[in-house]
Amino acid sequence: MAVTTPHFKFTGIAVCILAFFSQILFSQPTLAADRIGEYVVPSSRAAQVKQCVEPADHMRRYHMELIQHQRDATVRHGIRSTKYSLSNCISCHTGHTAAGAPIAINATGQFCNACHAAAAVTLNCFDCHATIPSGEGWNHEVAQQLLLLPPVSEGAE
Amino acid sequence: MTYASHSHSSPDAIDTPDSIDAVDTDRRQFLHYAAAGVATVALGGGAVLTTLTATAEPRTTPVTSTHRWGMLIDTTKCAAGCDACVTACERENGLNLQQSPTDDAADWADQQSAWIRKVTLRDNLTGQVTQLPLMCQHCAEPPCVDVCPTGASFKRADGIVMVDRHTCIGCRYCMMACPYQARSFVHQPVAQKLTQVPRGKGCVESCNLCVSRRDDDRQTSTACADACAASGQGAIVFGDLNDPNSPLHQALAQVNSRQIRQELNLNTGVRYAGL
Repeated sequence: MAVTTPHFKFTGIAVCILAFFSQILFSQPTLAADRIGEYVVPSSRAAQVKQCVEPADHMRRYHMELIQHQRDATVRHGIRSTKYSLSNCISCHTGHTAAGAPIAINATGQFCNACHAAAAVTLNCFDCHATIPSGEGWNHEVAQQLLLLPPVSEGAE
Repeated sequence: MTYASHSHSSPDAIDTPDSIDAVDTDRRQFLHYAAAGVATVALGGGAVLTTLTATAEPRTTPVTSTHRWGMLIDTTKCAAGCDACVTACERENGLNLQQSPTDDAADWADQQSAWIRKVTLRDNLTGQVTQLPLMCQHCAEPPCVDVCPTGASFKRADGIVMVDRHTCIGCRYCMMACPYQARSFVHQPVAQKLTQVPRGKGCVESCNLCVSRRDDDRQTSTACADACAASGQGAIVFGDLNDPNSPLHQALAQVNSRQIRQELNLNTGVRYAGL
């Protein structure tokens, strides 16, 4: 017994450490999801729909790949009707002021900025892309057809 | 801007409809032969695919070479002092939202993006003055694509020559290679832009034949052609060079048209009548 006691002690410590890490490992995703879920801006159309174009977990992990794939399809091959277009993201996730004016999606605390600021990811999408739905492009019509969204009020455009 | 040196064609330089697609591609073919080590049959320039896609919605399938978009510009109808096409282009593509970073108006006029330039030609001998809008000529053999180090400058299957801003590094080789000075460089951060025309600092840009309209079959024209018709000139006909029934094809069959810098054999998609 004199030999096994230190061994049991060691095991006890190892179990404690494992338990501690598993606590972190298994609880972290739920915590993060709850936190990130709050970033959908209440004044955006996205807040009114049940789900994004894919389940939220998928979007959180893969949205950048979906957008990047879509960008090549659009620029090189002219395919503009899929649900993964950045302009659809923007039409749906743009927050609005009390007066109904759209707020830039990359502004502090808005949909794109909130997560990427927390994750320390610098975006350059909006060097070129519009941060609010603007112009008379058909892509807003498409966004509405795809997502069955309520039309934008007059003051918001 | 005056382009007197190549302002007028001699009669033998006028393009006949039969020779439109007969482009001399000797140099390229030589390279092909050299690479393959085999003398193969020369490729015809006017291959037309027969697959037709009839969609009434924004495009779901990749563009094909079924269409080749182009324009015919009748310079005899292009009025002096009219800039309807330029203004319409600016509105369509958000170029009217550009803000000058300087107080020097002449400097800004030089530097700001312009997808269409109104060019005045003057024949030094006769004094005859001709007006024309000059934009990207959408060459079948675009020099800008040849020189691009990243592949950002590319030709779509339907003949539209454009810049993929995601891969453009702003080196501006294409601007030097273009015989038409058709491209602009964005020097300043762009504060306001349209959803359908993303544009930003550090990229080269040029006329893309209203590409977002081309990907929507409900649209049949470009902003400049619409504006030119609305202003009563009707100098610009837009259409499909490959479709024998298109208004463009029929207009090209009716009049003498030519390419600017025809001697470069670039097989431009934009043709001019009355030069």
